Amino acid sequence: MFSRDRWDEILEALNANKFRTFLTAFGVFWGITILVLLLALTNGLKNGVTAGFGNFATNSMFVWSQQTSKPYKGLPKGRRFNFKLDDVTALKNDFPQLKYVSPRNQLGGYNGANNVVRGTKTGAFQVNGDYPEFIKQQPMDILQGRFFSYSDINANRKVCVIGTGVVKGLYDKDEPALGTYIKINGVNFMVIGTFKVSNSQGDKEEDANTIFVPFTAFSQAFNFADNVGWLALTAHDDTAITSLKPQIMETLKSRRKVHPEDDRAIGNFDLAEAFGRVNGLFSILGVVGYFVGALVLMSGIIGISNIMLIVVKERTKEIGVRRALGASPWTIKSQILQESLILTILSGMVGITFAAGVIWVFNYVLDSNGPVENFANPSVSMSVVFTALIILVVSGLLAGLIPANSATKMKPVDALRIE
Amino acid sequence: MIQIKDLHKSYHMGSNSLHVLKGINFEVKEGELVSIMGSSGSGKSTLLNILGMLDEADEGSYTLDNVPIKNLNEKIAANYRNKFLGFIFQSFNLINYKSALDNVALPLYYQGSPRKERVERAMHYLDKVGLAPWSHHLPTELSGGQKQRVAIARALASDPKVLLADEPTGALDTKTSYEVMELIQGINDEGKTILVVTHEHDIAQMTKRIVNLKDGLIIDDSMVEQVRASQYV
Ligand SMILES: Nc1ncnc2c1ncn2[C@@H]1O[C@H](COP(=O)(O)OP(=O)(O)OP(=O)(O)O)[C@@H](O)[C@H]1O
Ligand SMILES: [Mg+2]
Repeated sequence: MFSRDRWDEILEALNANKFRTFLTAFGVFWGITILVLLLALTNGLKNGVTAGFGNFATNSMFVWSQQTSKPYKGLPKGRRFNFKLDDVTALKNDFPQLKYVSPRNQLGGYNGANNVVRGTKTGAFQVNGDYPEFIKQQPMDILQGRFFSYSDINANRKVCVIGTGVVKGLYDKDEPALGTYIKINGVNFMVIGTFKVSNSQGDKEEDANTIFVPFTAFSQAFNFADNVGWLALTAHDDTAITSLKPQIMETLKSRRKVHPEDDRAIGNFDLAEAFGRVNGLFSILGVVGYFVGALVLMSGIIGISNIMLIVVKERTKEIGVRRALGASPWTIKSQILQESLILTILSGMVGITFAAGVIWVFNYVLDSNGPVENFANPSVSMSVVFTALIILVVSGLLAGLIPANSATKMKPVDALRIE
Repeated sequence: MIQIKDLHKSYHMGSNSLHVLKGINFEVKEGELVSIMGSSGSGKSTLLNILGMLDEADEGSYTLDNVPIKNLNEKIAANYRNKFLGFIFQSFNLINYKSALDNVALPLYYQGSPRKERVERAMHYLDKVGLAPWSHHLPTELSGGQKQRVAIARALASDPKVLLADEPTGALDTKTSYEVMELIQGINDEGKTILVVTHEHDIAQMTKRIVNLKDGLIIDDSMVEQVRASQYV
């Protein structure tokens, strides 16, 4: 269909009136630019917001104990309680759908009092007692050394993995951290690794100022006995954590003698649900982006169709001449179709390229000015570009259809009579 | 070469209908050079357009080179026009954004012949009408006479059986008209069948036969002593 002669014919025709060709092309150029930019911005917003979730495995929820709000089995309301280590075992046994059940205890926290000392240096850091699988729930980059393992857990080893903020606070520049000791609430822990949480946005500082300690050593050193403050639960990929939530809560309530309808006794945060909500929001935003972009693009296409109609009208006589010389109606039609197709695709490609340029500049400015809250790395995937191209091809054909038909509607003799 | 029998054609405009051709019978043999004359509105162009398959008759039969021309769809008509016919128009009808060469090559393009052959043949015919040096000029850079010669080269390019010319000299001055007629006579000398519609008696005298139309009927059809255009040029 696209021989070199065809090309020449089409380019010649488009070249014959450059200004008109340019104006026609501009509508589609603009439409596709807007479409791609809208999708890229939506994407940037999405990247920004989801980065706020950090790297935490999204099929997860967190559970912690609060105060009871109902009396139950002779126990008063307003009672404080703790989860116990055997709750963890029970959950693991009762819910094979759970991939990880990580208990955690915490000390200190952001803006807390100084709790860590090394020589003359002190700092206020968050200290977490965790199990080794926690690193699978929230991936982090181990910069030096290693994360602790089950042998550390079983041996109650007093070791710790510290964030970059901790390194900065307690060590001189270039001073090696591995193998040194830091004193947490008066107890010495050996540093066996340093880490950085990759891809986290909002809580970067907080993450960097965190110290991880094996759960067992933590409990022993700080007298937590078998108490557990906090549980991170991750389900296997084929089960939604949200669907397990009611049963988990029920189990925990009955184990901790909490009234089955006491919803305030156990706090929880369902990461999957929150993530799903955000994802849903962005699906909607994406649809809106497509919709608005497609509308703008459509006006560009109507423009092409319109101008092609005028072109066909202006060229009525030429078309009559071509038919007198032996052009079949289909030859004429396909030429008009291809003119509009090429015009659409060409201007669309320029539009996509232009939009890509704008996005690049945007990213460049973002990179050089530091991160912006809830906005990161606006981009469009190859699949979006392909979708846009398919839209272009289809719309190019649609745009050419009416003009192409009108081009051959007239009898050649009438077309030739037109002045 | 051409046989038409009892050809009728009417135009309908709203409730009015205009009977333009009221039963035309005539034959053209191979190698003839025929002029069709008649007052304005007598139906000359209508007849020529039907012969050119640009329009269809209401009644009657038309045979071209032993092929009955009847109930053609546009695709076949286009194919026949391309193979059998060459058109020369009063207003040249060159495509103004194509060079002389590309204009001449256009019928060959629709014939599907390869590019190289197209260029060669187009060049050959341009040379034949004396415009080889102008091959890359656009029509707007050519004089009226030159344009008509390009148009003639284009009509010849696909080597058709019949040339149909509707007032080919209508837009030209006398001297240029004679030059064009000289060219047409030369082509006829080589054996091509040519029909020329004209108003001008001197032009008609340069053909070999004059058919006179009046009110949609042939009132006179006679051979003439051909005047060679070359003696005026
Ligand atoms: N498409 C048409 N619709 C209606 N009437 C038409 C049409 N074409 C031609 N006619 C009428 O048919 C008649 C014959 O027209 P035609 O063009 O054949 O005349 P002609 O002999 O070529 O005249 P001229 O010498 O002026 O070119 C005229 O009265 C004209 O008005
Ligand atoms: Mg006429």
